[in-house]
Amino acid sequence: MRTAGRHDERLGQNRSMAANPLDLTRPGEHTHERRSRYAVRALRSTAYGAFIGLCIFGLTGHSLWTTLVQSSCIGLMCWFFIDLGRVPASKWKHRHAAPGTPEADSHWPGWPLMMLVIFVGSVLGFSTGGTIAEWITGRPMIGMLRGSLSQTVALLLSSLVPALVITYWFYSREIIAAHEATAQTAQRQAAENQLKLLESQLEPHMLFNTLANLRVLIGLDPPRAQAMLDQLIAFLRATLNASRSSSHALDAEFARLRDYLALMQLRMGDRLQTRFELPAELAALPIPPLLLQPLVENSIKHGLEPKIEGGQIEVRASRQRSAAGIDELVLQVRDTGIGLADTAAASADGTRFGLTQVRERLATLYGGQAGLNLAQADDAQGGAVATIRVPIAALGEPITRPANATTPTA
Amino acid sequence: MKPRARALIAEDEPLLAANLQSELERLWPELEIVANVRHGAAAVDAALAQRPDVVFLDIRMPGMTGLEAAQAIAEDWPDDAGALPAIVFVTAYDQYALQAFEHSAVDYVLKPIQNERLTQTCTRVQTALKSRAAAGESRDGVGPNTAAALDATLSQLRNLLGAPGLAAAATSSTPPAAKLSVIQASVGTAIHMVPIADVLYFEAADKYVRVITAQREYLIRTALRELLPLLDDTRFWQIHRGTVVRADAIATAVRDESGKVHLTLRGHTDKLVASRLYAHLFKAM
Repeated sequence: MRTAGRHDERLGQNRSMAANPLDLTRPGEHTHERRSRYAVRALRSTAYGAFIGLCIFGLTGHSLWTTLVQSSCIGLMCWFFIDLGRVPASKWKHRHAAPGTPEADSHWPGWPLMMLVIFVGSVLGFSTGGTIAEWITGRPMIGMLRGSLSQTVALLLSSLVPALVITYWFYSREIIAAHEATAQTAQRQAAENQLKLLESQLEPHMLFNTLANLRVLIGLDPPRAQAMLDQLIAFLRATLNASRSSSHALDAEFARLRDYLALMQLRMGDRLQTRFELPAELAALPIPPLLLQPLVENSIKHGLEPKIEGGQIEVRASRQRSAAGIDELVLQVRDTGIGLADTAAASADGTRFGLTQVRERLATLYGGQAGLNLAQADDAQGGAVATIRVPIAALGEPITRPANATTPTA
Repeated sequence: MKPRARALIAEDEPLLAANLQSELERLWPELEIVANVRHGAAAVDAALAQRPDVVFLDIRMPGMTGLEAAQAIAEDWPDDAGALPAIVFVTAYDQYALQAFEHSAVDYVLKPIQNERLTQTCTRVQTALKSRAAAGESRDGVGPNTAAALDATLSQLRNLLGAPGLAAAATSSTPPAAKLSVIQASVGTAIHMVPIADVLYFEAADKYVRVITAQREYLIRTALRELLPLLDDTRFWQIHRGTVVRADAIATAVRDESGKVHLTLRGHTDKLVASRLYAHLFKAM
């Protein structure tokens, strides 16, 4: 659970970063990685400088060596001053950001401020780069302030324009890399979630106990063993398919729950009674596959399994008009187990994952219109009741039942 | 003639319970199954009443887990009843439990139960019972070898109960929480804030826990198993499945011949008893 939390946090950060691409740092990046990317930018800038030098050599026919050294030095120094200016500029820009937010960690001051940094940086870069080149080659550069105005402007543009283009190039590369990192994290997260979901549905304890029962039944009552195996197959198939198909009819959902509870009934004997209530007019309504499964599992695991005398699980679908006058599909899973008060400790792991997962699915599919509520049952039988409400209008078109589907029974 | 070995089965799933019984009858015809029960509390009652030689305990059972049942049997086992029964745990899948079983050399079988493994287990239990019987014949009553066998079983259980993550696996408790500094106990309409340093000991009472200080006692609605992870285990020692005592509130500890340790407290007249499972905590430096 804790690992998942950390991933969520990171994902959250990435999301805000993707929406607001201020950061030139990547999630989870170490200082040495950041440093090596500085070095790469320095080398690249020098190389671009050298390339510009080659162009100038081609155009003017000055000495190749001198031109190369001059333009490489200017390229390197422009990078130095621009990258150096970028950090304090972004610090200043984001000085009001709360610590820990992506803005506070950002090294990107935004374009207007960055233009200023580029301008100052390339002026400084041009003059220091020129001085260094003069010191290396022994040949003086035409000073910015020594020539005519048009000469100064041309020289300034020769470093300013490449600096701008290169900065833009670096910036877009970083944004793309950050987006890629975000996408990768999201993909990994989704895969992890799906694995966890499968793991929770194909819980080894449930699976091995069911197989143990099956093994016994094969010797005792082969026809019943076969029926049980069919139910197990249907349950496994539905579980594995659930992540692939987006919805199925409510009566198919009930049929899968019936399979699962029949398996549990075989294990728990008379400690488990079941009741299903599905009005015929609701049978074809589409719902996400196995939406109710985690709720039924919770009822078993935290309600009835810990209770010595066992009890009943009731799965009910009904149509109700909400207080706001909206027609809603109401799905209820109610057990007569030990209730919620005594599961305080247990609710920390399994229950919460199950409930969170159901809530997330509802939120993804129906936004804020749908909801899940878990409460203590308020009648004499006790236990817990989980209620899902979805506006019927949000569900979509009814699914016409295939000919071979099981008939719903009330 | 040597009496038949007697066994107890505790398994909540009726088909599996019946199957384990019939498999045992087939593999070990001399074994007499004296009780086949569906939950932990019933297993403890039946074990104490029937005093079997071997108990097969499912781990996940309603009410009380197999581990808790094993602890209760070991703690409440009468002094004159001879050696503790051999314990064989039965489980479908419990990651932590399996590690702990391996680590403490406790016998276990996995569900679905395979003939081969059950045969092995039966042979092992038979060997253990035989060596125990030999010890019993050489001297009447609780001989030194019987005592040694008892100690061995106790240390196995001790290892098992202390195994990391096992309590969490059996009761699915919360991740490590911050330690409590104050106990909030409701008395009438008021909440009394009892500093943890004032607590002499905690005692389980059904679903409640009694909190005893030098001045008075409180009742809190938290099960002891939920409270335990919230207590600093260097300051508060569990001395029985139902008792946790503040170590520096203990004045003296006296071990009796059955292996239990009788404690007196500073500033309180209550006497506490540490079970044999926790007796090893009290040793002279």
